[in-house]
Amino acid sequence: MSSQHSVLFDAPGPRARRRVLVGNIIGAVVVLGVAALVLLELDRKGQLSWDLWGPVFTANAWENYFIPGLQNTLRAAGFAIVGAVVFGLVFGSGRLSQLRVVRWLSGIVVEFFRAVPVLLMMIFFWLLLGFQHVPNAPFLAVVISLVLYNGSVIAELVRAGVGNLPKGQGEAGLAIGLTRGQTLRSIQLPQALIAMLPALVSQLVVVLKDTALGQIITYPELLRAAQIFGNGNSNNLQTLTVAAVVFIVINWLLTVLAQWLSRFLSGRTAGATAAGPGIGNPTVVAGGPEAGATADATTR
Amino acid sequence: MGDYLSQFAELFSIYDVPGAFWVNIQLTIWGAILSLILGTLLALMRISPIASLRWAGTFYVNVLRNTPLTIIMTFMVLAVWTQLQISLSQDFAANFFRFAVVGLTIYHAAFVCEAIRSGVNTVPVGQAEAARAIGLSFLPAARLIILPQAFRGAVAPLGNTLIALLKNSTVAAAASVATETSSLMRTMIEFNSNYIYAIFLTFAIGYVILVIPIGLFTTYLSNRLAVRR
Repeated sequence: MSSQHSVLFDAPGPRARRRVLVGNIIGAVVVLGVAALVLLELDRKGQLSWDLWGPVFTANAWENYFIPGLQNTLRAAGFAIVGAVVFGLVFGSGRLSQLRVVRWLSGIVVEFFRAVPVLLMMIFFWLLLGFQHVPNAPFLAVVISLVLYNGSVIAELVRAGVGNLPKGQGEAGLAIGLTRGQTLRSIQLPQALIAMLPALVSQLVVVLKDTALGQIITYPELLRAAQIFGNGNSNNLQTLTVAAVVFIVINWLLTVLAQWLSRFLSGRTAGATAAGPGIGNPTVVAGGPEAGATADATTR
Repeated sequence: MGDYLSQFAELFSIYDVPGAFWVNIQLTIWGAILSLILGTLLALMRISPIASLRWAGTFYVNVLRNTPLTIIMTFMVLAVWTQLQISLSQDFAANFFRFAVVGLTIYHAAFVCEAIRSGVNTVPVGQAEAARAIGLSFLPAARLIILPQAFRGAVAPLGNTLIALLKNSTVAAAASVATETSSLMRTMIEFNSNYIYAIFLTFAIGYVILVIPIGLFTTYLSNRLAVRR
């Protein structure tokens, strides 16, 4: 916050402070007023009654719906992030290869899977595996799709991470007689990986959010479990709210961790340690003019 | 082979694939316009000197960007429409379409806000100091010096958000929009399972064709507009 103040505002004088105070009171009244209106409207429709909220806080709801659902969500996300890191390392180094064929092939794979909506991939793999009678098709479809998409994003992170290292690192490797491959593996990648950690944690948030797409292909993750419970009790508003809060708390903690890591590591490595934007593709492109800009922007 | 291709081509006379893409494009256009408005408003709140607005903006962004879009879409239909009985149109299809637009808007507004804020953060402090030194007060300094540079810095992250919005428009399936691409692809594969690869590739390449020009254009634009420092 303070960093923005320094860009946009002078230290306020007595008159400005009075105006800010008045604005603050008006702003608070408006914000609280909107919140109160929503609550009043919900109350008018009887949505705050304990008949609807009560079932959400019973042992049955948590033991049979929310916790198993959350376990499935975490299981899919865990497998997906590990697979995505492997995929990202393979294709990220592929894009940095000396061989033009490898570079091109990796480029095509990465660009393709970054452009295709995850939901399309999930539906495709779900039906494909279902036709072959593979057990656990929804789970596998969720994991495979998330690995392909997030692996491609991580491959770009790897490429950008190596590109953002000071040039001298690669040159020094070559100067002491390592081959380009050895330089990449033993000098550049280890540093790039450490610098990437915050962005990886941000990507984990994306993975966790995208597991909820599994609901559409009948994977019993948290959202689907909540929805089944809500349908049974006719209180979808309440159960979905609880499921959303669970997601928000986990993802918010991960976001905070990513920001902390980004600050913690920035003094300890030569690479750029920006946390990811939490949506879409990271804009950090090796050597691009906006690389530094987004690095600044997303660490806040 | 020729047989396979001609039978596959026949699918296009049965199913309206371009029409499905058009639904997603419409969802994207409406979502982009509305989330740009809401997101700019949120960004203004987050950079304003007024603590209560700043707090509300931060709260909105932290909540919405950590919620899965699928939950928001499901919430729109099952909670807002079914349970609260709020509807946005008498027509069924239009109702779900509008709910999907609202869901896309409130989710992506959080990311638009962060993109614009990151643009503000690219402006060096020296610019603001120079503006004050030549006697500009807060509003003229913001209008003449800070914001023009901030918007140029925000082009790349805004472009990324637009691409994400286009891809996320498929999640409208969770808000019962049955005519968009992911729903149509599912129907086509379910009824023509021997063409599963060809059908998937058709839709996937459709998205590649839509996404890559947006990416190239925003990269070009952000390079062209970037303030060289």
